[in-house]
Amino acid sequence: MKTTLTVNGEAHEVTHDPRRSLLDTLRDDLRLTGTKKGCDHGQCGACTVLLNGERVNSCLCLTAMHDGDEVTTIEGIGSPERLSALQKAFVEKDGYQCGFCTPGQIMSATAMLREISEGAPSYVSDDLEVPKLTDTEMAERMSGNLCRCSAYPLIREAIAMASEVSQ
Amino acid sequence: MKDTFTMDCPQPRLLDETHQGVIGTGMDRPDGPQKVSGTAPYTADNPTEGVAHGALVRATVTRGRVAGIDRASIANLPGVIDVITDPRMTRNPAQGMAGEAPVQPGDAVHYHGQPIALVVAETFEAARDAAQRLKVTYTTENAAVTPENGEHEVGEPDAAGDFQRAFDSAEVQLDREYTTPSQVSAAMEPHAAIAEWKGNEVTLRAAQQMVRFNKAELADTLGIDESQVRILSPFVGGGFGSKLGLGPEAAAACIASQKLGRPVRVVMPRQTVFDCVLRRSETKQRVRLGATKDGRLTAISHDDQVSNLDGEGFAEPTSQASQFLYGADGLSFTQTVARIAATPAGSVRAPGEAVGMLAFESAVDELAQELGMDPLELRLKNIPATHPLDGRPYSVRRLADCLTGGAERFGWKDRAVKREGDWLVGMGMASAARSNMLVKSAARVRLTGDRAVVETDMTDIGTGTYAILAQITAEMLGLPPAQVEVRLGDSDLPGASGSGGSFGANSAGSATFLAAKDLRGQIAERLGCAVDDLTLQDGRARGANREVALSELVEAELTAEATIEAGETAETHFSSGFGAHFAEVAVNEWTGEVRVRRMLGVMAMGRILNEKTARSQAIGGMVWGIGGALTEEMVNDSRDGHVVTRDLANYHVAAHADVPRDMQVVFLEERDDWANPIQTKGIGELGISGAGAAVLNAIAHATGVRIYDFPATPDKVIAALEAKG
Ligand code: FES
Ligand code: FES
Repeated sequence: MKTTLTVNGEAHEVTHDPRRSLLDTLRDDLRLTGTKKGCDHGQCGACTVLLNGERVNSCLCLTAMHDGDEVTTIEGIGSPERLSALQKAFVEKDGYQCGFCTPGQIMSATAMLREISEGAPSYVSDDLEVPKLTDTEMAERMSGNLCRCSAYPLIREAIAMASEVSQ
Repeated sequence: MKDTFTMDCPQPRLLDETHQGVIGTGMDRPDGPQKVSGTAPYTADNPTEGVAHGALVRATVTRGRVAGIDRASIANLPGVIDVITDPRMTRNPAQGMAGEAPVQPGDAVHYHGQPIALVVAETFEAARDAAQRLKVTYTTENAAVTPENGEHEVGEPDAAGDFQRAFDSAEVQLDREYTTPSQVSAAMEPHAAIAEWKGNEVTLRAAQQMVRFNKAELADTLGIDESQVRILSPFVGGGFGSKLGLGPEAAAACIASQKLGRPVRVVMPRQTVFDCVLRRSETKQRVRLGATKDGRLTAISHDDQVSNLDGEGFAEPTSQASQFLYGADGLSFTQTVARIAATPAGSVRAPGEAVGMLAFESAVDELAQELGMDPLELRLKNIPATHPLDGRPYSVRRLADCLTGGAERFGWKDRAVKREGDWLVGMGMASAARSNMLVKSAARVRLTGDRAVVETDMTDIGTGTYAILAQITAEMLGLPPAQVEVRLGDSDLPGASGSGGSFGANSAGSATFLAAKDLRGQIAERLGCAVDDLTLQDGRARGANREVALSELVEAELTAEATIEAGETAETHFSSGFGAHFAEVAVNEWTGEVRVRRMLGVMAMGRILNEKTARSQAIGGMVWGIGGALTEEMVNDSRDGHVVTRDLANYHVAAHADVPRDMQVVFLEERDDWANPIQTKGIGELGISGAGAAVLNAIAHATGVRIYDFPATPDKVIAALEAKG
């Protein structure tokens, strides 16, 4: 079957098996291998991408259901020569070790910062009207992104650093 | 190949004399921009023309034989190419540093979930579907799947003095039993392999930690010569022991690719990783401590029971650190191995210490409580003069400094149980120890002008190898690190130790250092000065009253290769990293939930090569400590041994919300002259060793109750609190 997707601003028509996940379409059909497969079951966050601006686990999305949708992957955030503020902060703070969860952490954090700035509260928000970017908020909101190397405190330092730069 | 350098006596601290000033600094990882942009190529990311997809079919019985594989059952599924069975297929990953094929079981099934065939298809979806639908029949046999029912092999005790007498006559005695469940590495990158043949030579891209050994394992598995094998592992998405040995996915990919004449990719689904990658054994541990009333340890015993599949040589070395942390008049350590039909056991980060120290350091803490003594004092009081079992002197050991320095920083002296609403807050601490090793390693350094290239088959599994080998070379040759390129993970390059046992930086780092040192000699010769008079800095060479840019002095490439291996110092001195962990936790008295609020690890681990990557590894280890203490638990079905917790929802590794921001690490200045010529000690595993015990001891401090069956999940905490009343 055929599905049309806009990925990182570029339109693609892909012919695919009906069982294909968005993750496998990105990785194997479009060769955008920055998005990683850590579990294929929505349990690790390594496959996080933005789908029409919202973060999702792309392993849980069937490609067939996303005709006409817009996807942003890590490749759409920055390249080694032109890193985003968040990407730079991960390098400076050593917010990774093996790097396998990193694209997912960065995609998730990109969306998370926007969610907070738009006032979306979480389970740990003290103020449901105006949530703040505290470490507790970040820890809660990033918990869908596992890092077995366990760079967690450094990932959150990097996110905090990048958000200060952008403000 | 140059002669091998053996570490027979302490070496001069050359890295303290050089002038570039990059060694030890927290330089950013050179591979960082690739990792954060998604362009670092992990195994499964490599585009391969014409690749076919393989899915491992796994046994649904515990023990027996494959009686029949009904190929017709999937023949009509679109896209299916073949079902591969082959006597060369392997049962499980090789144990670390095996250097030979793992068991090749033929049609025998030894545990539930064992790979028995590979379905190959045009697409991943078709292969996955067909592997599940394939009809397989078995003949079955009975097998013990729990350690209680398995056959027990009782080892000879490691002992010194007369433990029993010392214990029986001790003024104060403590005798406790602890249990820990099986655990897994759960590296974020699932095991992956892409194999491709050209003629009779195979190239395997795979996620592996020890390329030199893996090459030998693959050649032996396939029955070909090592010269026909090339393995590429430039980026590995975490290992923690799980990728030490060549895995069944790699063997299957190579066999299928050979048979089909096209490249084959096999990536394990997460559930397969749980089912057939080596686990850390569950343990049953008995710790007995005897002491005088004023807190001098007189008797130490730490016996353990672990399990493994029949014939697998590995046994979790549970009491490894207990054997040298503290001294006593009598010490005894006995291990029992239960043989069971379940996923084989092997190395998972800090084999031994990770679970052994949970129990041992909990027992030491409880003894302090019985003695009415500060647990810090008890530990300080019992640091032995020499290795308690064999009398060897320690190379360099700053355990006492770690303990006292950590206590001061953490505010240990002011600890008091606090109540904050429903939360009880307390502090705990534990010693940390992880023995240190040097493993045979080679590396080559090439210098042209003011640019150098380091080449070794060493891997970087997140440990920072790309950074530290660049730093060592830059420091030795007087270059900015950006002018040093590091090439890793290619079996055609000089063979290193690989990443395991925290010996990678020591071993591959020393080989790189020696190669660069050789180049310094060659540069001095060109400059016409004695090597002792040579100064290399910022791409310039000084000596004999001359100063010349390397770009002029070294027009044609200079190259040096060096090999190092352990020597007499490993016999004469005992080298280990030491440290102290401190934790503050809050325990909810109604729900039993434990929240870690802050942790501090003070560690002395020889020379630090990169402050930033070292800190990351230490923090990573401490977080694993939290996991071992509170959440990580692999459950096997007690009837057929199959893994019940076979995904990341059912096996809980620490997530962001489990880890506080306040995770501090302090490295004490240290040089281990007996360890290796760069005076380093391993880092990756010291962080975990003892960290979980600090958390458990903090729970005891906060609540007044102790858990003996780890992890300390809320159900157990509530039960203990209720029992206390
Ligand atoms: S791969 Fe999608 S959540 Fe793990
Ligand atoms: S960096 Fe390795 S899993 Fe996060």
